Amino acid sequence: MAAISATGPRPRRWRMSRSDRHNLILGLLFISPWLIGFLILTLYPIAASAYYSLTRYDVISSPEFVGLGNYVDLFTKNPLFWQAVGNTLYYAVIAIPLNICIAIGVALLLNLEVRGRSVYRTVFFLPSIVPDIAAAMLWAWILNPQFGLANAMLKALGLPTIGWLTDPNWSKPSLILINAWAFGGSVVIFLAALQDIPRQLYEAADLDGANAWVRTRYITLPMLTPVIFFNLINGIIGAFQYFTNAYVITGGSGGPAGSTTFYSLLLYRNAFSYFKMGYASAMAWILFAAVFVMTLLLFKSSGRWVYYEGGDNN
Amino acid sequence: MATVTSSTLSPSASRARIRARKKGLRKLPAYIMLTLLAILFAIPFIWLLSTSLKSPRQIFVFPPQWIPNPFVWENYPRSTTFIPFWRYMGNTLYVTLFNVIASVAVCSFVAYGFARIKWPGRNIVFLVLISTLMIPYPVTLIPTFLIFRDLGLVNTLNALTVPALFGSAFYIFLLRQFYMTIPMELSQAAKIDGASEFQIYWRIILPLAKPALAVVALFAFIANWNDFLGPLIFLNDKNNYTLAIGLYGFFGRSRTEWGLLMAAATLMIAPIILLFFLTQRTFIEGITLTGLKG
Repeated sequence: MAAISATGPRPRRWRMSRSDRHNLILGLLFISPWLIGFLILTLYPIAASAYYSLTRYDVISSPEFVGLGNYVDLFTKNPLFWQAVGNTLYYAVIAIPLNICIAIGVALLLNLEVRGRSVYRTVFFLPSIVPDIAAAMLWAWILNPQFGLANAMLKALGLPTIGWLTDPNWSKPSLILINAWAFGGSVVIFLAALQDIPRQLYEAADLDGANAWVRTRYITLPMLTPVIFFNLINGIIGAFQYFTNAYVITGGSGGPAGSTTFYSLLLYRNAFSYFKMGYASAMAWILFAAVFVMTLLLFKSSGRWVYYEGGDNN
Repeated sequence: MATVTSSTLSPSASRARIRARKKGLRKLPAYIMLTLLAILFAIPFIWLLSTSLKSPRQIFVFPPQWIPNPFVWENYPRSTTFIPFWRYMGNTLYVTLFNVIASVAVCSFVAYGFARIKWPGRNIVFLVLISTLMIPYPVTLIPTFLIFRDLGLVNTLNALTVPALFGSAFYIFLLRQFYMTIPMELSQAAKIDGASEFQIYWRIILPLAKPALAVVALFAFIANWNDFLGPLIFLNDKNNYTLAIGLYGFFGRSRTEWGLLMAAATLMIAPIILLFFLTQRTFIEGITLTGLKG
């Protein structure tokens, strides 16, 4: 019966068959917890934050409309904003490719059917589930300028010590290093992707006399591009929200000399230390726009370099 | 004996053996690199444990001591009385377990509506759900904070538990993908037998989805146990602190008590590591699922 009504001339617009309406009600019933949460905790906040971004709002008195004032102020009068943008881009541009390269490298090594693979995999994976706060404390200790292990090792090798977290030139690389320690989740994903690559591809390449480099370049890497793409998107969204390690290690100061004042840290400070909610909301929307544009560009470019099995770009 | 001689005589077999040995040798650099890397990755853990068992005098010696001599076990009990550690642990456990249970219950239910019932507009609403994953949290954070303040949730643990009752887009997405792989015929057969959608969800889909539910439970556990930003924003009263924010306060006040700090950090990490070893396969499968099918 359903089949007949589906193939017959469809009533235009909002007329629904009885079973459709029944399913709609059931479907909405099942998704209702999420739907309510979406309306209250996502949709309304998005609208509210867009409005707040056009106001001066200190939480105590009601918001005062200032038009694009917050945006103009951020872009033209606030050097700290540009420093935070610079810090965040620095972090993103180095940390994301670095993590992906290390993850692919380690996954390729593990994929050589080495003995004790699960032991190695565990060692690389464990840091990624360590709570940020614990990791930050541990690394603050390891990178301690006077008594830390890192400088002790440098001293033992007769090398000059480094002000890891106290020298503005080293603070960001140090945080990137801490972050690289916790990249293990990607290794697991890349390793699984490597094991998914059909063996016949390599066998065919072998017959054609392809060497290891050619096989990696023309089979392995293209087959990994979907995972690289996934990691890039996640990496970008994550980099712009990068907060906890920098906050904990610097005690919220973003020092030394503002060198670890990342975008989200500055936003947090404006919102919850200075209670400039309107100003912070404007920052949030600039962030949203930036992430949106970058994700969009990545998706647009993906047709050219991401390989999807069993079909064209999708 | 006969087989041995024949194999040494057979040219193809001996060539295979040489090739195998060559292959083993070719893997040597891989082993060396992996081992070096593994040591590098393990050093922070070793240093964490080592510091947590040292007295201040042992901590500040040069060259650094890898193995504490003697072992200073007092750091552990001291770190739990230096701050109200067990209270923080209790709060963390409460928030974490609440989130685990609520996430599994709510998300498994919502995902059913996205995967097993065909209703007009479903795909569009699902697209909306996925796109919420791309929204950076700062966009919704401030209004959410203000809503919670007006509802009197700020500075209570409810601020960290109530949101779980509405499900989380990511877990719903994961479960929906898993539900889609369960043959529709099972549902149809049950329907013919007179089962309602809820009965199908409860009796057929949930039991089949156990592996995916385990992944969600695991991810929710880690995410909430480790959460720092939520407690930082919503909790001010020390009595409500979770471990993450309690440890941060401890760290801020006594930045030189490395032995105590590392002992407390170890105590916070230990349950997570233990959980990993107990559920390793679910873990790896879950990570793989999110990365490959995502």
